[in-house]
Amino acid sequence: MAVASVDLIGIGKRFGATEVLQDVTLRAADGEFLAILGASGCGKSTLLRILAGLEGADRGQVRLGGEEVGHLRPKARDLAMVFQSYALYPYMTVRQNITLPLQMRRLSALQRLPLLGRLAPGGRALRAGITADVDAVAGPLQLSALMERRPAQLSGGQRQRVALGRAMVRQPAAFLMDEPLSNLDAKLRVEARAEIVAMQRRLSATILYVTHDQVEAMTMADRVAVMQAGRVLQVAPPQHLYDEPASIDVARFVGSPPMNIIPALLDETGMVELAGHVLPWHAQGRAGARVMAGIRPESLVPRPGGLPATLKRVERLGAEAVLHCALPGVEDTVLARVETAIANGLSPGGTIPLMPRRVLLFQEAGLRMECRPHPAATPAMEGALG
Amino acid sequence: MVDRLLGTLLRHLVLLAGAALMLTPFVIMVSLSLKPPGEIFAPEFRLLPEQWHAVENYREAFTRVPLARFLINGLIVTASIFAAQAATALPIAYALAKLRWRGRQAAFALVLLALLIPPQVPAIPLYIAMWKLDLLNTYAAIILPSTISVFGIFLMRQFFRTVPDDLIAAARMDGLGEFAIVWRIMLPTALPALAAFGCLSFIWNWNEFFWPLIAVQEERLMTPPLGIAFFNNAEAGTNWGPLMAAATVTTAPLALAFLLASRAFVRGVTMTGVK
Repeated sequence: MAVASVDLIGIGKRFGATEVLQDVTLRAADGEFLAILGASGCGKSTLLRILAGLEGADRGQVRLGGEEVGHLRPKARDLAMVFQSYALYPYMTVRQNITLPLQMRRLSALQRLPLLGRLAPGGRALRAGITADVDAVAGPLQLSALMERRPAQLSGGQRQRVALGRAMVRQPAAFLMDEPLSNLDAKLRVEARAEIVAMQRRLSATILYVTHDQVEAMTMADRVAVMQAGRVLQVAPPQHLYDEPASIDVARFVGSPPMNIIPALLDETGMVELAGHVLPWHAQGRAGARVMAGIRPESLVPRPGGLPATLKRVERLGAEAVLHCALPGVEDTVLARVETAIANGLSPGGTIPLMPRRVLLFQEAGLRMECRPHPAATPAMEGALG
Repeated sequence: MVDRLLGTLLRHLVLLAGAALMLTPFVIMVSLSLKPPGEIFAPEFRLLPEQWHAVENYREAFTRVPLARFLINGLIVTASIFAAQAATALPIAYALAKLRWRGRQAAFALVLLALLIPPQVPAIPLYIAMWKLDLLNTYAAIILPSTISVFGIFLMRQFFRTVPDDLIAAARMDGLGEFAIVWRIMLPTALPALAAFGCLSFIWNWNEFFWPLIAVQEERLMTPPLGIAFFNNAEAGTNWGPLMAAATVTTAPLALAFLLASRAFVRGVTMTGVK
């Protein structure tokens, strides 16, 4: 089958009393790289296993290229999976590992027999084709020199590439990847990220990529689905997810350092009142309504007329620094990301005015509310908004 | 320092004494198989005979009874039994260790329960079954009752539980059926455990006396332990020299097999014991 779209429709799954997945609906278009992002235990791996056919869903449909495949066994689904542990066959060489899926697909049971299979009619040409295809996959992955080694004789990065090769060799309708990079060290992970993305572009493959690492999801995927407690919270392109989180959970999960979530009120004109200050941001809501204001650390800038923050600690990251601050009446520490030059002039205990350049507003229940800069902002504020 | 040396010394002494105790019967067996009848009953024991009688004893062992035939029978029986045990234990152990199905726990409990049943208990029903099937006095009569080894199932199941689930999931995605997974994925990873089990199975069934004695009466089907019993003749008295020679010949394959497989054996047993 050629590259295909993947649809999960209303998937539900429970293990005993725990509801692992609740009405999950996701679509990965033909050739799309969809990351499924969530903390461990959110059900993302189970979702992938249901898609693969390794696990049965209690409710819902799985479609591949528009066709219902929920009743099919894993091998009939034409999907390839890359596992976190790589799951290479330990007693087979690299070549045998990559060859096996093609043997299972292209050779008859008779042709697969050891020794005897070589005599079966038609086997020779098929075997030659398999060898050629395996070599064609191994080359770009730099595995050609390692073909006769066993997995135990390979480094982590090499094993990861073998796992990738084993998935690629049969040109599946879609790739399923379950945290494929989490066993690699930081440097290799960056390289492997680029490799997988390059592979995806080259094959224009459909990839469903499960990860708990937001950097992986943000840097690799066309779209990211954020999952929590068995539900999909939001599906959006990475930048959109960052700029326009649909709920407070997504806002908290995406971004590092995390978004500041600060309790606020709406005054009688609908302006946002935060830590005793009225901010030039306006929302529809009744006066006195409790809301949550979300402010990214990089959109808090030191500027006169801002919120009076007390500096608690400066965390230096080289090019920039993270200011850990306290705001009057706000329990949680507020983070601001500034250039190192600005941080150099500050010392803990001092006060700095921090002006939010952008405020996202959430209902107390967590859903996003519309919130716009107020046209009647003071000139100082307007400068801040620019 | 001295304490530790002393401790080591003591430990080795105890172990050596144990080893000597275990080896003594074998040494006596080999020693007697080399001696003429007069020396066997001599009041004092010598390790080596004064007058060598080895050739006569061993010739007698091979000519008075068809010892070579017995050895071949032993080989046929043990090899068939082990092949059958492996062929049944591997898929069953896989199903018990890695597949999810209703009644799995109960099935495993039955396996454990069956471990407790002494082989003599089902002997009479088995005999009747063999008689009804008209299989008495055939190789099948010796082999069939041992084709399923609950111990083998138990041992392999414990080992299979250590194989990561991802490996099986990967095999399923690659298009392997459940039986192909057993033979192509599980079996190669389980070879040390299977070798250990093979050793035990071989030793048990090679030495098995009770069931073959019941199942076969014809000389041409007898296994080595039955053959040795031939020398134990109530009328003519026991012929010790050839008896010991036959016993030595019978034991040799076991010792050889164990020496060859001892590393795999120890590895297999420790792997299944300590997870």
